[in-house]
Amino acid sequence: MLSYFIRRLLAAIPVMLVVALSVFLLLRLAPGDPAVIIAGDMASPSQVASIRSALGLDQPLHTQFFIWIGNMLQGDFGTSLISQTSVLSMITQRLEPTISLALAAIVFTVLIAVPLGVVAAWRQGSWIDNLVMSVSVVGFSVPVFVIGYILIQVFAIELGWLPVQGYRSLDNGFGEFASRLVLPALTLSSVYIALIARMTRASMLEVLKEDYIRTARAKGLGERLVLFRHALRNAGVPILTVIGTGFALMVSGVVVTESVFNIPGLGRLIIDAVLARDYPVIQAIILLTAGLYVLINLLIDLSYAITDPRIRY
Amino acid sequence: MHTQPLLHGRPAKTSLHALTSKALGLKARTTTLIAGTLLALIVLMAVFAPLIAPFDPTALSPANRLQDMNATHWLGTDAYGRDLFSRVVYGARVSLMVGLGVAFLTVLIGLPLGLVAGYFRAIDAVLMRFMDGLMAIPGILAAIAIVSLTSANLWMLMIAITIPEIPQIVRLVRSQVLATREEAFVEAAVVMSTPTRLILWRHLMPNTFAPLIVQCTYVCAAAILTEATLSFLGVGLSSETPTWGNIMSDGRIYFQLKPALIFWAGLLLSLCILSINLLGDAARDSLDPTMKRKES
Repeated sequence: MLSYFIRRLLAAIPVMLVVALSVFLLLRLAPGDPAVIIAGDMASPSQVASIRSALGLDQPLHTQFFIWIGNMLQGDFGTSLISQTSVLSMITQRLEPTISLALAAIVFTVLIAVPLGVVAAWRQGSWIDNLVMSVSVVGFSVPVFVIGYILIQVFAIELGWLPVQGYRSLDNGFGEFASRLVLPALTLSSVYIALIARMTRASMLEVLKEDYIRTARAKGLGERLVLFRHALRNAGVPILTVIGTGFALMVSGVVVTESVFNIPGLGRLIIDAVLARDYPVIQAIILLTAGLYVLINLLIDLSYAITDPRIRY
Repeated sequence: MHTQPLLHGRPAKTSLHALTSKALGLKARTTTLIAGTLLALIVLMAVFAPLIAPFDPTALSPANRLQDMNATHWLGTDAYGRDLFSRVVYGARVSLMVGLGVAFLTVLIGLPLGLVAGYFRAIDAVLMRFMDGLMAIPGILAAIAIVSLTSANLWMLMIAITIPEIPQIVRLVRSQVLATREEAFVEAAVVMSTPTRLILWRHLMPNTFAPLIVQCTYVCAAAILTEATLSFLGVGLSSETPTWGNIMSDGRIYFQLKPALIFWAGLLLSLCILSINLLGDAARDSLDPTMKRKES
């Protein structure tokens, strides 16, 4: 297990190097002089020259890369070209809303999608099975921002149960915090619910045909125990894989959801950075997100051994 | 026992096509027919947009702003007085152009890279690590970053959406080549001293076409969604251009008063994505009948 962990960790290094190189080259190899792009059309030659010098663009390309990657490894993600503050501090300030949103979406997904998938497989062909399939179809076809506006229209405007937009920190009390998080989290989890419910249903349908399920029922175990302890645990590995591969969906969803609900998180930060051409911020967010993707997939690979003891390394 | 975790972790297959058919209580062939008809209508709408749209989609008319549905403006007007129906009709053009363009560009770049990676072991290791790295960057962030560096015209938008999609095609083609290169007919071609480029072109490439066609439909649907998302976020094509994403982005300020500003473009976008995905699943079922039997 330990040797596998070390091997997987080592394999992640070239992947992260490629990510770093891509992010670095993105700015350096873009058409035109990056300093001119950053400075904007109205900048004077002296402003362009000072930006070029500040970013080290007058150095050879490989030197620029090693300086940049060295700074990144020391946690120095540079300074924002707009606010002139540390990029890392800008990111940490925006972490709370994004993490709250992502965690709430994951909680909704697990609470809604897994039981739905299990029951749909258990009662294959019933109305609940049809409901799960319909939710899956809708979740996969309707873009996240459309779902967001439908939820706002129904629950905030028509019924008036929840606030339309905005975010309140946990410091303002749990009620304020939770009431503003429900709709965004439901919006973000829509694709995930579709994906996981569909995958849970498919995995469970395969597992429910196994001999050990018949044995469990034959020895008189209750249906709940059969479904959740015997079947779901064995159907869990594919579900875990989907959570890993669905990370990209989550990132895309966070960017869109924060925009729809006006949440000041990392998604809003990157859109603001793009609109202002704040390249150090864009680079840092992409690099950190890709690092998180590699880490999550590493953890999921390792968790296979826990959920399925047949897998040995 | 030494086991590849990903083999155990491979998700059980179940297609959107099968789910839709069961959810609607339709036969598989009927679902395909409905999806095909829907997509054909959207394509016709895009092709004949100048004939269908009663107004210029970019013509401003402040005196007629935010009108409800009426006999002149069938879906009403937006905040600038532009005819919503005309904009929604023209929006299909950009979406389909981006979808088809990205699918074409992805294959143009991904197919040769996949062939080379699958056939030449020395190149494979380096190329696939590079692809792993590209896959680690979420597509939407990569597209946003590329668009932000350049002017957001249609070509740059297509390139920005294409780059994150390439690794999937390379992986798919590579896996097909790895399987096919062990076949007797390829070994026979090698023994007969057939030039490598001919083996790649004549023997290996044709065997990648079936899964490639299916994957192309998914890439097309994903590209349409990404374009709409970028436009919606305000980092896509200029807001004057009638795209479904731009229509919704313009309408979001007034959607509490007029949900129609978001509804129609959202509906067409969803139907377009759904019909392409359904046709992709149908193509997969007919090209690979073993998949169909696994459906439940």
